Amino acid sequence: MPHRSSRWVMALACTTALAATAACGSSGGTGGTTADGKIELTVATFNEFGYEDLLPAYEAAHPNIKVVARKTGKADDHHQNLFTKIAAGSGLSDIEAVEEGYLPQVLSKADKFNNLSEIGPADVKPDRWLGWKSESATKNGSFIGYGTDIGPLAMCYRKDLFEAAGLPSDPEGVKAVFATWESYFAAGDQFKAKSADKAWFDSAAQVFNAMINQEKVGYYDASDKLVVDTNPDLKADWNQVTAAVAKGQSAKLVAFSNEWNTGFKNAAFATKTCPSWMLGVVEKQAGPENAGKWAVTEAFPDGGGNWGGSFLTVPKQSKHPKEAAELAAWLTAPEQQIKAFTAKGTFPSQVEALTSPALLEQTSAYFGGVKTGALFAAQAKKVPAAQPKGPASGTIQDKVFNSALQAVEQGTSVDDAWKQAVEGAQKAAK
Amino acid sequence: MTADLTEVPSGRGVEPRPPVRRDTQEHPALPWRDRLTRLDVKFTPYLFIAPFFVLFAVIGLFPLLYTGYVSLFDWELGGDEHPFVGLENYTALLADSQFWNAMFNTISIFVLSSVPQMITAVLLAALLNTALRARTAWRMGVLLPYVASLVALAIIFSNLFGKQYGLINSFLDTVGLSPVDWQGNWFASHVAIATMVNWRWTGYNALIVLAAMQAIPREVHEAALVDGAGAVRRFFSITLPLLRPTIIFVVITSTIGGLQIFTEPKLFDPAGGSGGGFSHQYQTVVLYLYQAGFQDFDLGYASAMAWILFLVVLVIAAANFFLTRRIASTGEAE
Repeated sequence: MPHRSSRWVMALACTTALAATAACGSSGGTGGTTADGKIELTVATFNEFGYEDLLPAYEAAHPNIKVVARKTGKADDHHQNLFTKIAAGSGLSDIEAVEEGYLPQVLSKADKFNNLSEIGPADVKPDRWLGWKSESATKNGSFIGYGTDIGPLAMCYRKDLFEAAGLPSDPEGVKAVFATWESYFAAGDQFKAKSADKAWFDSAAQVFNAMINQEKVGYYDASDKLVVDTNPDLKADWNQVTAAVAKGQSAKLVAFSNEWNTGFKNAAFATKTCPSWMLGVVEKQAGPENAGKWAVTEAFPDGGGNWGGSFLTVPKQSKHPKEAAELAAWLTAPEQQIKAFTAKGTFPSQVEALTSPALLEQTSAYFGGVKTGALFAAQAKKVPAAQPKGPASGTIQDKVFNSALQAVEQGTSVDDAWKQAVEGAQKAAK
Repeated sequence: MTADLTEVPSGRGVEPRPPVRRDTQEHPALPWRDRLTRLDVKFTPYLFIAPFFVLFAVIGLFPLLYTGYVSLFDWELGGDEHPFVGLENYTALLADSQFWNAMFNTISIFVLSSVPQMITAVLLAALLNTALRARTAWRMGVLLPYVASLVALAIIFSNLFGKQYGLINSFLDTVGLSPVDWQGNWFASHVAIATMVNWRWTGYNALIVLAAMQAIPREVHEAALVDGAGAVRRFFSITLPLLRPTIIFVVITSTIGGLQIFTEPKLFDPAGGSGGGFSHQYQTVVLYLYQAGFQDFDLGYASAMAWILFLVVLVIAAANFFLTRRIASTGEAE
């Protein structure tokens, strides 16, 4: 009889052990400690943040910390993962990057993130960054994101294509072309007249995004109300872009798709709206064989603008929030952001970094040795105050309006596409 | 031993009982011990098959039922409250034109993939069943597309079907035909996606059919041969009817898989979204479900869609079952 009873005990013990390992297994995913007792911090970013060399440097300076980088190719996928795991309650990295377009959505769940004013290093204050940058990451007194970069806009253009079409191609001469959107689209007509087989810009959505981000009011007004169907500026931008598409100015390439990449190699289009972070993308996609053909100039139609830029947040899921905040503060310090700028062209959002000689002297060999640092610093000064963004701003821009403009490029009538855009925006904002 | 056996109530599975030790035999008829033995005999088999059913309940049945529960709520992913809305998600869904568009796309892609796929698979199996040189190599060869990673396949195919720099359009251009808008045109995009599905699944289905073909008794063929039946006649009058159970199986599994198509259209979108093209021209139901659940975070709506899709799969699978039975039968009375 002891045999029998011990068998049942065994079975029971096994079941318990199984349940216990399962429980251990599910909690071992994030923010733990390594086998040799180091604190493990995971940093989740997307696209290019320029942290590849910085993270090992931080590890070297902090022997008790191991940093694991999680890099996602597309911002969409990164943020979808972020929101799913906020809801799931586990699985987030200790530091999660958040892009400006998704920030309002993150702010609506601000209680899931640590207030960096409380847990971050005491000497790191919001005034480290440009005023609007810090303000946009603050809700109800909780400062949830350290700014990394901003995206001041300039214009990139193919010198050889400009010359072939008889347009001025030196950095000073082209400024007249890029003075206003009107002069920009007019030059596009001129370009098409000479080079019918090339396009003036890559995709309608890319131009429209730049235009709408310049407006005082975009998809939402200051009171978080959706205004896509009533905002006259938005409709005017839409009309200008779709008119240009009708004249064949668009290469009709979906941004960041395979065909778009090929378009850079094949010189399919002559101009590209270039936020500072786009320089790295252009260089990568156009490749070394096109070095020196692309140029960037200190001008942008109708003044300046900002497109993109990110923040580093520390979700409450993190097991080591203090250490994570410390790492985030270090990464977003002016010195480090300058290094990231040198590496990948991510333009620093820190006041001190904007006056740094290292930034102002920075040049890009790929873009013909132009002083990109000084150029974008000057462009950053032209950026108007931050535009109000609503919870669905990111979805409306990326999914709704970009799709509608793509539809126009593929032959849908402008009116139908506009209807699709307005209805889509209303559905997304619901 | 016999004495022992008489003490124990007889029943299924009692016989191969381990020998009982002498010392315990001195205390005959311990009632609790008897009961334990009886329990052991009765329930141990269930314990042995339990893992499957426990796993099924946890990862199959529970999500299914829980999805039904969630579909009755206005359930936002990460939201703090989930108000009960009854069947509102279902009524909204049935009035949603985007849903019907997705349903149409799904069925269209399903028909474009399943029909040619089944026909090719059976013909391919018939070819593989003949006396080929290096037979095994050919048979393994048709399985290769199935082994390759779906993501890699989708990337290659979306390059092939690129509108401006795609290989297929370049080819059409060289032979003087006008390029096809594989992205923008709804029918062309469905054909492109169905091609991806066919490429992957035809060989797999051919192998299943081939296995069934080899199980057909040689005597039947020989008898028909003696009666003067040609190869075509034998294929339609012997092979096809005897393949019926297998074809029904393959049709049902491909119905279930085909109606849940997701990865191919998702990766076919150059923008990488779940919209299924700029005007949802190739958005399938599962893609829309994914968009509702994980882009708009409306889990209640996505769950309602999952249930409707489940019912549609059941109906179409049943319809296919009866249809294939009819088509594959010899026409004689059962």
